[in-house]
Amino acid sequence: MIRLRGVSYAYPDTANYVLADLDLSVGQGEVVGVVGASGAGKTTLAKIIAGFIPSIEGGVLSGDIDVNGVAISSLTLSEAVAQVGLVIQNPFNQISGAKFTVLEEIAFGLENTGVPREEIAERVQAVAKQLRVDHLLDRSPYALSGGQMQLVAIASMVVMRTPVLVMDEPTSQLDPGGSRMVFDIISQLTDLGTTVLIFEHKIELLREHADRVAVLADGRITAEGAPRAILSDPRLEKWAIGTTRYTRAGLAARDTGLAPVTGELPVSMPDAVEFFGPSGKH
Amino acid sequence: MDITFDQLRYTYASGVEALRGVSLAVPTGQRLAIVGQNGAGKTTLVRHLNGIFRPTSGTVRIGDWTTTDKQIAELSARVGYVFQNPDEQLFARTVRADVAFGPKNLGFDEQRASELVDAALARTALTREADAHPHHLSLSERKRVAIAAVLAMDTPIVVLDEPTTGQDERGVRMVASITNELAAEGRTVIAITHDMDFAAENFERVIVMAQGEVHADGEPGEVFSHTDALAKAAVEPPQLMRLARELGWRAHPLTVESFVAQLAKKPQ
Repeated sequence: MIRLRGVSYAYPDTANYVLADLDLSVGQGEVVGVVGASGAGKTTLAKIIAGFIPSIEGGVLSGDIDVNGVAISSLTLSEAVAQVGLVIQNPFNQISGAKFTVLEEIAFGLENTGVPREEIAERVQAVAKQLRVDHLLDRSPYALSGGQMQLVAIASMVVMRTPVLVMDEPTSQLDPGGSRMVFDIISQLTDLGTTVLIFEHKIELLREHADRVAVLADGRITAEGAPRAILSDPRLEKWAIGTTRYTRAGLAARDTGLAPVTGELPVSMPDAVEFFGPSGKH
Repeated sequence: MDITFDQLRYTYASGVEALRGVSLAVPTGQRLAIVGQNGAGKTTLVRHLNGIFRPTSGTVRIGDWTTTDKQIAELSARVGYVFQNPDEQLFARTVRADVAFGPKNLGFDEQRASELVDAALARTALTREADAHPHHLSLSERKRVAIAAVLAMDTPIVVLDEPTTGQDERGVRMVASITNELAAEGRTVIAITHDMDFAAENFERVIVMAQGEVHADGEPGEVFSHTDALAKAAVEPPQLMRLARELGWRAHPLTVESFVAQLAKKPQ
């Protein structure tokens, strides 16, 4: 569970607040997707929830940040790491640099937690298989493609089994099949009670997999609600987040009198089939 | 400047055959999108253009040059390559220094280099960040720096490896307009992308790669209607083409405009 109230933040030596009076909650076992333009503060927010800001990067942070009912500021960094797994945006930077193989890389975090050796081996194998990187376990992390590296970075967090996962554009390097696999795994994790906050540009995937979606713009949450309602909002174009072609086609059809002016615009393919199809509204 | 790949094969030291006989001609000024799953050989193919990879067999020609006769530094005068991960490409302490490295290295005089750098920064909306350290920028901004660094080299061929990943809508539109402007100037643009809508809307030719081979090649409307070839390559057609198929239409609309025009023709 994540609960943010009145969160404001400015980076060191700057007067501008990247986040200003931001409120956001994610319930246990829920997947909340956050969309926002580049520079809206997504990565900053992810690091705040994980406790990396301000402990590592400094700056001025105010407001309440609770994870599973505990203020993240009251935890040491290693206690915070046990609560929140953070999959960072660029997988090339998630790789520790300290390990020679993918297997060691995925096991790295667990080795510092006192989990028995045999259990570590089992958990690494299981997660690697789940993310289809088990054939890469003997390779150097640096010999991987961008997509493979991203899956290894995700595996190295999923294996920790933290109650909360924060994922900053976890599918940016992946093809559509790989992206869907990651979202399927997120669904499996939330079924087990994991709380997931995901920052993602792929609107169609959020429509299908998120329980709720929030819009981050100008340092605060400017809209929040059911995925279809939020993701079909034409203001997403103004906020530089964009909409799917289904939404744009729906809007253009409306503007030319080819679709009814009321009701929700389509976001995904099933929405669009219902919207435009013979059994649809027109 | 024409590009020819002739029976290009490339095998990694591990024994993995990344390219298994690719033959392709890309004429001057073409906008070519290369699509396919992770691991299909797309990046390996384009990295033969700037000499990062050398053919195991077959040849790659750029204009009157054969790439194996040329050093990487020489090839960089003809082919600008924007890496998928900007952190592999950027190294200087300021954005301006990173963008200026290429033109200086190519021996352009001070004035021309400085004009090219200013133009590249303006085109990628980075003029205000010129003095910033690249590592203080966001990933999407660093990606734009990487694009600017290649634009400033004024090469006849520009290769973009996954230019839209991590970009918001404004960034995607910027890459699209850069692509179209470069082509209008007679420069060749080759982009690797997973974004089929971006490919369909901005490129005149699409090739589909799978397992080191070209499985389909042609105009976007034609290529994206080859559902069998696409399925084998695990590539999904653009959103509106998928929708048209699902609705049982015979048309293959690539854009919102053509979709709505088709919708207007249907009896309501």
